[in-house]
Amino acid sequence: MEKPKLIRENGLRHDGRRPDELRPIRMSVGILNKASGSALVEYGETKVLAAVHGPREIPQRHLLLPDRAIIRCRYHMLSFSTHERKSPVPTRREIELSKVIREALEPVVMSETFPRTAIDVFIEIINADGGTRTAAVTAASLAIADAGIPMKDMVVGVAVGKVEGVLVLDIDEAEDMFGQADMPVAIAPSLGLVTLLQLNGVLTKEEFSEALRLAFVGANQVYEKAREALRDRYMKARVEE
Amino acid sequence: MSHTPSPGIITPKLRASTIVSMLKKGIRSSGRGLMEYRQIEIVPGYVRNADGSALVRLGNTVVVAGVKLEIGTPYHDTPNEGALVVNAEFMPTASPTFEPGPPDENAIELARIIDRSLRELKAIDMSKLSIIPGKKVWVVYVDIYVLDHDGNLVDASSIATLAALMNTSLPRVEVEEPGNVKIDRSTRLSPLPIGNKVVTVTVAKAENVLFVDPDLDEESVAETKLVIAVSDDKRIAGLQKSGIGGLTESEITQAIDIALKTGNSLIEIVASKITL
Repeated sequence: MEKPKLIRENGLRHDGRRPDELRPIRMSVGILNKASGSALVEYGETKVLAAVHGPREIPQRHLLLPDRAIIRCRYHMLSFSTHERKSPVPTRREIELSKVIREALEPVVMSETFPRTAIDVFIEIINADGGTRTAAVTAASLAIADAGIPMKDMVVGVAVGKVEGVLVLDIDEAEDMFGQADMPVAIAPSLGLVTLLQLNGVLTKEEFSEALRLAFVGANQVYEKAREALRDRYMKARVEE
Repeated sequence: MSHTPSPGIITPKLRASTIVSMLKKGIRSSGRGLMEYRQIEIVPGYVRNADGSALVRLGNTVVVAGVKLEIGTPYHDTPNEGALVVNAEFMPTASPTFEPGPPDENAIELARIIDRSLRELKAIDMSKLSIIPGKKVWVVYVDIYVLDHDGNLVDASSIATLAALMNTSLPRVEVEEPGNVKIDRSTRLSPLPIGNKVVTVTVAKAENVLFVDPDLDEESVAETKLVIAVSDDKRIAGLQKSGIGGLTESEITQAIDIALKTGNSLIEIVASKITL
């Protein structure tokens, strides 16, 4: 990929967005037949499918906990989702992201409701154009809600980046690759909790505070979209009955 | 697939509730203050055959980090720069809950946190690690082994890594025929070129109380941790929320303030102990 000019003279980004503007977001819920819950989330060209099975019993009974359900999570990229083919062997990155995404979901899922069971969350990155882990958190949240598993709140994700000295919301692949910092954040807006926070890059304290503020602005917008997606799925269904 | 872990070593309920109620009053069973690290002991050059190494004791946590330099080919997008590879292993010596085998998600996460902090800050000046431009460069392998586990493995590993890198010297190389390079480890030419220095500061949260450097008992009661990589010029060089819970915006801001205040003293401790 050639490095585009990331911030134009008029202050807009390489794809024409303002610094605090999200990409077009699309979400649909309950799109798979066999899963307990599912969702497809798109942030621009980033496309993520999440499916939830469970709460269910699993053959690996030694993993189960007596006082709560365990959450199992796999973040997985399809081999053709990236520019260069991604080998189907799990990478260290995928292993780490499976962990941080699970830990982003743990605080909101009321796992104590289903002791001795497993809630399995499978995340498939269908097309990667930056912000896959944050879109994955949003998709997983929607899929868990769709599975009817009680949650204290939904978690939604958004990444903030620093490109050519400017803090920008919802970075895409070019901005991630050629930018100076990438900060994925997942927020449970009603609880006011940050449940995923990573920073790849260097920021001053002032830049960080501004980046976190920007993340909250973006997360609130994604949250509204997510609620809308659930309403579309369930309120309309009721009308049809 | 990542799954909710079972509590490895179970802290008795009574002890756990004592730890929490003490933390709420701002005291810790060890007598430390909330913002106080355990005693740090650094043994640079602990491994003679490594190109750089350090053993670090952080209280009862023991980590050894070693650096091996090898000659490799550069990445095509950085033809004149060296490369960095960071790996971590939790040894079965460290805890009855650690099994032998390839690194698990915790070890991978730890290595990647440290890798990112070094890489993003340019802690190693990679442009000075070219041997034959475009063809042969130094590859810096940092391997971290956790030998004894009493909590806060990330900070102990980060201190050990910085100490090991500062303890590393570049061997002489002989260019035999064009393209064929041999390492002569008997002659050391110069220290590994270090740019900015970086360490991580781990801030744990239990019942809305924030404190640094959790030991194993304290980790068992902590809801979550925020690992903050801090540079010697007081910038944030990486972040990772690790563990099940969440943090409010103000808790994150407080944690960052704590880290920026604490980080430099850790870097100074490392710098004062290092001899090549």
